[in-house]
Amino acid sequence: MTDTGLVMRGVSLRFGDGDDTVPALDGVDLTVAPGQFVAVVGPSGAGKSSLLAVAGGLTIPTSGSVTLAGRDMTVPSAQARATLRREFVGFVFQSGNLLPALTAVDQIRLPARFGGHGSRAREAVHLLGEVGMAHKANRRPHQLSGGERQRVGIARALVNRPRLLLVDEPTAALDRARSHEVVELLARETKENDVATVMVTHDHDVLRHCTTVYEMIDGRLMPVP
Amino acid sequence: MFLAVRELRFAKARFGLMGAVVALIAVLVVLLSGLSSGLVNDGVSGLQRIPATSFAFADGVQHDSAFSRSVIDISAVDSWKAQPRVTDAAPFGNALINARSGSGVEIDLALFGVPADSFLSPPVAEGARLGAANGIVVSQTAIEAGLRVGDTVTVDRIGTRLTVLGAMADQHTFGHVDVAYLPLRAWQEIKAGVRPGEPVPGGTYQEITAVAVRAADGAEIDLAAGDRAAGTESLTRKESYGASPGYTAETSTLQLIEWFLYAISALVVGAFFTVWTIQRRAEIAVLRAMGAPTGYLLRDGLAQALALLLLAVGAGVAVGTAAGSLVGSGIPFALSAPAIAVAALLLLVLGLAGAAVAIVRIATVDPLTALGANR
Repeated sequence: MTDTGLVMRGVSLRFGDGDDTVPALDGVDLTVAPGQFVAVVGPSGAGKSSLLAVAGGLTIPTSGSVTLAGRDMTVPSAQARATLRREFVGFVFQSGNLLPALTAVDQIRLPARFGGHGSRAREAVHLLGEVGMAHKANRRPHQLSGGERQRVGIARALVNRPRLLLVDEPTAALDRARSHEVVELLARETKENDVATVMVTHDHDVLRHCTTVYEMIDGRLMPVP
Repeated sequence: MFLAVRELRFAKARFGLMGAVVALIAVLVVLLSGLSSGLVNDGVSGLQRIPATSFAFADGVQHDSAFSRSVIDISAVDSWKAQPRVTDAAPFGNALINARSGSGVEIDLALFGVPADSFLSPPVAEGARLGAANGIVVSQTAIEAGLRVGDTVTVDRIGTRLTVLGAMADQHTFGHVDVAYLPLRAWQEIKAGVRPGEPVPGGTYQEITAVAVRAADGAEIDLAAGDRAAGTESLTRKESYGASPGYTAETSTLQLIEWFLYAISALVVGAFFTVWTIQRRAEIAVLRAMGAPTGYLLRDGLAQALALLLLAVGAGVAVGTAAGSLVGSGIPFALSAPAIAVAALLLLVLGLAGAAVAIVRIATVDPLTALGANR
């Protein structure tokens, strides 16, 4: 369907060894095209985090294939996968996971620097404006609210112009109004940056902003009508 | 350095405390190094400034007390003079005495008996050189202590009167006692305990402590061959420092303390960066999940440690040097730039090594822990 987005085919991930293996992912097929905003819901321990880890090249699946923009994300070399993540993947973590020592604008400059895109560091201020945080560019995380931290985290994930945005429980620490604002922002950035976005969430309230919704139960991925 | 500098600024208090510890250790190391140099000066500056390359002592003499125990026959001098590559050799006598100055002040002197016309006769900064029968030439430190050219000192018990003829320019001390050069024959009489006016026993003028030997410029003397010919046991001038009273014990004690400080400093820095790295595991996991190259993170961490160490050691050396310059002349203390540079470099290198052991842990942080509830 696409060689520019995320394509996962028959992906399984098992933990443990011998007969005692526990499947975290069980024959997952998932295709996310650029500009598509996919949500994955499901109970704790259903394998949602494993899905993100395999899609982003943090974990190598036991079987199956994962390609992003035509690149194999299951190469054995950890260094090669780090390079792929740096160049093609943006992560948005729970409650932002910002570095306490950095101001909002420096949070965004840092990945641009080690991504070898020093010039994009200048876009940091512009990106902060896009997520509505230009006025707090010089605040550190402890001076920001939960929603503000998530906004900075989204800008940080976008600075190296990824093909895939992986979002882990972005609303876990937010109230309803903030949750909607943050997910709306994700939906908008997905369209404007033409990036394939996969969001894992517990929060059924925010699903109306997404293009497609899947439910994950015991490692299996099923579409939600 | 992007992250390193910002973290240093952000965690000022923590890094400040760590830096203060390293700086205090640096102050202590500088002061110890000054004390070390001072004690070396006090112990052996009299030997360091003798223009001899080796001393030939009695065969089988104890090395740590060669200057006080050795007695050899003066004939060994001629035997040494005949050795190849020997420019000159002269008899040398050493004795520690108690004496009284004309005004009744008690002074201790290390008597160096040398022939007045030999290469051992020291140059003077004031007064006259060796020559007069009971005339002595003293260390500058004796002048600083109140002795004057023209003063008379009386050797305790035997009552020999010695006149201060001149003073040397620098510090000449031996075993923490001011050196006084005097003609060999006068030294031999004092060594034998001959009172003024009494008959001198036969053989008195045959006995000396050692032969001071000077090699031709740049040449090595075959000391073993010379010793076989003369029936002596040679120590190079440097080796002979160990024969100065207390020298080996003092310098090895101070060196032991210094090495402990280096080790403590490296361990403290290592412990700090271990805790610092562990505290930041979650942040490092996030950075690695974002694809931060391990080399980038390691370089950043090491640059941070180096910056901290440079600031701390720099401040410590500055304070230590300033404090050292306030030390009074009563304490043996001498700051030497090369010694301080070596100490500072050791603190830097060992501190960096300690930090490196902790910082390489960055490479073991699993980026997967950035996701989900593992965090």
